[in-house]
Amino acid sequence: MNGRIFQIASNTFREAVRDRVLYNLIAFALLMSGAAVLVGQISIDIERLVVINLGLTAISLFGTVIAIFVGIGLVSKEIDKRTLYTVLSRPVQRWEFIVGKFLGLAGTLTVNTFFMAIGVFASLLYVSHRLHRADGWVLAALYFIILQFLITTALALLFSSFSSPLMSAVFAFSLFVIGSFAEDLRGFAAMTGGLTKWLATGAAYLVPNFSALNVISSVAHQQPVSGHLILYNTAYAVVYSAMVLCGGILIFQHRNLK
Amino acid sequence: MGASFFFGAAKVIMTAIDILDLEKKYTTGFWKKKPKQALSPLRMQVEQGEIFGFLGPNGAGKTTTLKLLMGLIFPTSGTARILGMELSDPKMKAQIGFLPEQPYFYDYLTARELLHYYGRLSGMDAKGLSNKITTMLDRVGLGDAAGVQLRKFSKGMLQRAGIAQAILHDPKVVFLDEPMSGLDPMGRREVRDLIEQLKHEGKTVFFSTHILADAEALCDRVAVLHKGELRGVGAIADLTSSVHGRVELVWQGTTIPDALRALSTECRLAGETVRAIVPEENQDTALEIIRRERMRLVSVTPVRASLEDYFVARLKSDAASAGVQS
Repeated sequence: MNGRIFQIASNTFREAVRDRVLYNLIAFALLMSGAAVLVGQISIDIERLVVINLGLTAISLFGTVIAIFVGIGLVSKEIDKRTLYTVLSRPVQRWEFIVGKFLGLAGTLTVNTFFMAIGVFASLLYVSHRLHRADGWVLAALYFIILQFLITTALALLFSSFSSPLMSAVFAFSLFVIGSFAEDLRGFAAMTGGLTKWLATGAAYLVPNFSALNVISSVAHQQPVSGHLILYNTAYAVVYSAMVLCGGILIFQHRNLK
Repeated sequence: MGASFFFGAAKVIMTAIDILDLEKKYTTGFWKKKPKQALSPLRMQVEQGEIFGFLGPNGAGKTTTLKLLMGLIFPTSGTARILGMELSDPKMKAQIGFLPEQPYFYDYLTARELLHYYGRLSGMDAKGLSNKITTMLDRVGLGDAAGVQLRKFSKGMLQRAGIAQAILHDPKVVFLDEPMSGLDPMGRREVRDLIEQLKHEGKTVFFSTHILADAEALCDRVAVLHKGELRGVGAIADLTSSVHGRVELVWQGTTIPDALRALSTECRLAGETVRAIVPEENQDTALEIIRRERMRLVSVTPVRASLEDYFVARLKSDAASAGVQS
């Protein structure tokens, strides 16, 4: 990695840690230990299902909230506080700044997810007394959740490169919600005709397809994740994030800093 | 393009900053966009090794010019070269340092971490950087605060950290936007000394200020900007010589004749001595009155026009010509 990008990414990670973003881990640990104790007492044979569903959904939601609310401030905060002035007056290209910021937050979310994943597996061990072979698919679901964070972070950065934090949050959160129902949108497009079909199909392929990245329910039911899906989702997330980042860079490249 | 001379194979670039009709217009308003001229086409040069003051009241366009030179905003037209290189050239940016006005830094970092971050972004080698940071922090008086987070810094300490980050990588040209603002008299003195040290090290210092005393004490040359337009540029002595001179008359007496009071811009009676400042063109008339009143003349001394006199004169002439036009 380019040295300047690495420095910007490290600084972004350090900012998140020192601004106590990772404190969400405490809330997550409390949630998982409470859930593990509770389901151990009230449910019969579905402890594993409940822990995986609850754990992975919580990881996804906690991470998405961080990706959106930290992501929208990555550029705008630096402009508002004018810290960007002393960065861009150095031999740092604007695209390097955006990529560094993206990688820094993506790294933060990956570390966050890693610690939460330990919590999920610890809870699984607590309720099932041992780990099953099928629990390995939880790793695939976690990987897809990280891919989802990459796309969300890129979107938050894109909006942050031209819009106010409030509007960026609204745009990013709206896209997250719509993207979570992308498969339904595609189904709706297939059922309609004429102009509506074209518009619905266009929208369905434009919004991020978060539903394809959500395999939480199937891994909770011990269904395997195919290698083809892993490959497809990886390529999709990388290409989608890269395109969104390029959009953000293009806008930021020509922006006058107030 | 800046004056570049060739002596055999060696290329000696004499111009540090070459501003070529740099212009910035903004549009304001949501529906009806109105253009606002932030900087009228600006053309000037700053030579290598000089301390150059960029003067003007608040809103004159000083910060706009600096932001254009730093590539933070883009010009509507015109261009500029620093050390003979384009503004977008990363090689040029490795050789300049910049302190923004009222700097705000990553407050979760310590002073040492901040300098490490900026040093690495400027392309400094990690090896030996720690020692350079220690030396720099001592130089700006922050040696004891190296491990303190910037959120605990006072305004003056932040300004020092800002200066440290601007000169850490040993740049050839240093841009300082209002470097003395927010500093106490001692801090201002230290920054002045530091700017002089930079000059002795052969660096070019371009600093904007609205505190004329600072510019007068430090600058080899200054430019005066007002409402986005360049009103004058040159050595302070050359600029102030264009202001009409004044003379100080001192005589012995206990009263000030009305005719003399009318001629003076300043008139003060202290004990049995009167001091009056009169415009040069009124000198003969004033001396005639003193003679006529049979008062004993003690001295006649020319008063050197200050940068402030020049500045006020320029702004007044602008206001007058605006009044005539309207």
